[in-house]
Amino acid sequence: MNCIIIDDDATARLIMRQLCSKSEVINVVEDFSSAIEAIKYLNTNSVDVIFLDIHMPTFSGFDFIQSLKNPPKIILTTSDKDFALVAFEYACVVDYLLKPITEDRFLKSIQKLKSHVNVEVDTSKDKKAALDYLYVNVERRLVKINIADIYLIEAKGDYINIKTNQKNYIVHSTLKKIEDKLPSSLFLKVHRSFIINTTEIIDIEDNSVLIRQKVIPVSRSNKSELMKRLNLL
Amino acid sequence: MEKPNLSYIKEISGGDIAFEKSVITVLKKEFPEEAKKCIENFESKKYLELANNVHKIKHKISILGLKEDLELASRFEADLKEENPKLYPNFIKILNKIHVYLDDI
Repeated sequence: MNCIIIDDDATARLIMRQLCSKSEVINVVEDFSSAIEAIKYLNTNSVDVIFLDIHMPTFSGFDFIQSLKNPPKIILTTSDKDFALVAFEYACVVDYLLKPITEDRFLKSIQKLKSHVNVEVDTSKDKKAALDYLYVNVERRLVKINIADIYLIEAKGDYINIKTNQKNYIVHSTLKKIEDKLPSSLFLKVHRSFIINTTEIIDIEDNSVLIRQKVIPVSRSNKSELMKRLNLL
Repeated sequence: MEKPNLSYIKEISGGDIAFEKSVITVLKKEFPEEAKKCIENFESKKYLELANNVHKIKHKISILGLKEDLELASRFEADLKEENPKLYPNFIKILNKIHVYLDDI
C-alpha cells in the first residue's frame, strides 16, 4: 500500500518512515511538513493510506481530512489523547496512534488497516457476485450458470473453460473478467491459467492441488493465499 | 530526576545506525530553534503561541524517554490555553536538561 506521511515535525517524519520500513505492506512514497503541500500532491497523485499528524499550525489534520473529497484510509498520529473520540467520527480514520509510537503498536495498526482494506475489497467483490448465478455467452446464447456448481475455470488462449457439475462451457472471455464476477470467499486464482473453487480441493501436494480428478498447478506467489484459505488443523 | 536517553530511538532503529544518527542530527538542529521560540513567546506573553510550541516540543521530550516531564509539559500546554504560564520555570528546567544532553551526545 502506498502511503504518505504528514507531520510538521521532522523527527516525527523520520520516526514514522522508520516504523513503515518494518512493514512489508507499506511503501512510503512521500512525506510532507504541511497539509497544504500534501493537498497539492494529492491533486495529481493517489495513495492508499496517510499517516497524519493532527496538531499542525494553520491547517490541522482535521481541516485536511475535511478538504478531501474522497479521502484514502487515514491513521492519525498525535501527542494528544483528547482527540480520540473526534478522530473516529471520520469514516476514513482507521486508527489513532499516540506518540511516541512503539513498533508493536504501529504493527497492530497496520493489521487493522489491512483488515479494513480486505473487508472493503471483499465487500465490493461480493456485491458484484451478490447473485448466485451468472450468464455467459455460448454460441450466441446467454446461458445461466449457478456459481456454486463451478469447480474450475481454465484459461485457453482467448477463451475460458468453465467447468461445472453439469457440463463445461467454452466462453470468449478472460480469467480476470470472470474472477471479478465471482465471490472471493469461494474462488481463488491459483495460477495464471486456473481459478479454483476452494471448497472442491481434495488435497494439496507441493505446488499443486487436486480438484476432482485433475491436478492443478499453484504458482509460488499464490500459494500463501491458498494456505490461508484452508481450515488447517 | 529523569534523565534523557535514547532507549526509544534505539528500540525502533533495530540496529539501524544511520537512522539513529539522522534522528540525533534533526533533534540537535530543531530542538534549540523550538526552545528559543518558547522563550520568545513567553517573554512576549503570547501564551497561545507558546502552547503550540510546547505541543511540538512534547514529541521530543517523549522520544527522549522523559515520561514525567512529558506529563508536566502537557499540563503546561493545557494551562497556557487558559493564559496561565505558572509552570514555565519547571518547563524551562526540562528544556535545559535536554539542551545539556543533546550537547553531550
